[in-house]
Amino acid sequence: MIKTDILIIGAGPTGLFTVFEAGLLKLKCHLIDALPQAGGQCSEIYPKKPIYDIPGFPEVLAGELVDNLMEQIKAFQPGFTLGERAETIEKLEDGTFVVTTNKGTKHQAPIVAIAGGLGSFEPRKPLLENLDKFEDNGVAYIIKDPEVYRDKKVVIAGGGDSALDWSIFLADVASEVTLVHRRNEFRGALDSVEKVQHLKNEGKINLVTPGEIIGLKGGDTLEAVTIRKSGAVSEEIDLAVDNFIPLFGLSPKLGPIADWGLDIEKNAIKVDNTLDYQTNIPGIYAIGDVNTYPGKLKLILCGFHEATLMCQSAYQRIFPDKKYVMKYTTVGGVTGFDGSKKEAPKAVVKAID
Amino acid sequence: MEDIKIKITDRDGVTHEVDAPTDMNMNLMEVVRSYELAPEGTIGICGGMAMCASCQCYVKSAHELPEKSDDEDAMLAEAFNVEDDSRLGCQIHMTEDLDGLEVVLAPEA
Repeated sequence: MIKTDILIIGAGPTGLFTVFEAGLLKLKCHLIDALPQAGGQCSEIYPKKPIYDIPGFPEVLAGELVDNLMEQIKAFQPGFTLGERAETIEKLEDGTFVVTTNKGTKHQAPIVAIAGGLGSFEPRKPLLENLDKFEDNGVAYIIKDPEVYRDKKVVIAGGGDSALDWSIFLADVASEVTLVHRRNEFRGALDSVEKVQHLKNEGKINLVTPGEIIGLKGGDTLEAVTIRKSGAVSEEIDLAVDNFIPLFGLSPKLGPIADWGLDIEKNAIKVDNTLDYQTNIPGIYAIGDVNTYPGKLKLILCGFHEATLMCQSAYQRIFPDKKYVMKYTTVGGVTGFDGSKKEAPKAVVKAID
Repeated sequence: MEDIKIKITDRDGVTHEVDAPTDMNMNLMEVVRSYELAPEGTIGICGGMAMCASCQCYVKSAHELPEKSDDEDAMLAEAFNVEDDSRLGCQIHMTEDLDGLEVVLAPEA
């Protein structure tokens, strides 16, 4: 059981900044995120895109903003459970919550802050009739262990970086790799496109473009896929394969959080915006893009503000009898849990003779 | 500048005729959201960067639209339910030339 003061669900910019504001109050944080890296949408969807409305940053790349936030919170030593999705929540008799992930990791905290953005990112699945049946029986959307594909016949579908990169990687592992994409053009790093071209010329990757997988065949496990080749002449062929890996990117879904008994409106969690962004369940807060209230704007800068107020409320909830007033970092400095201390340099007092 | 009229058929098949301003730097995805013709969280997920295809629509009128950018073209190559008249709403900016535009929202994928 991982124990912390504030359990944050979602490691996007709002979740990360919560660690800082909590740290100033000497509260420890642990973050859960379904993606394998911190940063949320900023890292997953648009790391190279500029953002122009972060106060004090005339222009900052989304990926750089995440790097900066990670640096800013480092001294508060946040814990991370990455690549796992928060699945269930349970309230114990002592008022604390236990959140369990899809992989069974358990986390306990008196405060839960949902900073889940648009939800957890799930693979986008192609619209094929018997797709469910073959999931984990030949069809996978995420490659966890490439060795599974050793000496297998693999077909990959998609036109982005992950389709290209995995085709390149599996060309050396699988006995046969076929890459199917609806266009001749690929939307990936130029370097990867050239490598696939090279491997195609060497006969190590079979490229089917423009083409689309329109059917799956097999008994208990996948045995073949039907590919529709378009272009000058359209034809449908069956290709014997052991594995089909559709790589069509990720799309966010609110997911299991929707079943936690929280008030939900417009795919977002209703919170009390007059005070502290608490949900209808005391002790559970929702901050950033995942919440809604009159006048809500889904902006990173609004998430930062919400996180700050939420931490003050969390502190009072954990320590109802303690007196506290907010202190400026310029006055109080920043004392990390790692023993580090940052503070404004003291003015030198020296007499002038 | 005048508002233009646009016919938008939502995902339940209901057609709405709406006024769209041409002086607010708005795109079709934003017009759909402003009239709440698709639930929040199911359209415009990437915010209008041509990176998610949640605002895909089928253009049914014969209006001449601006050419697809490479980003839009590539995204449509990976999206589902794509037809020859598919476009991303976020890449269609509201201009006076688009008065009378008719579009159908693609299913949520």
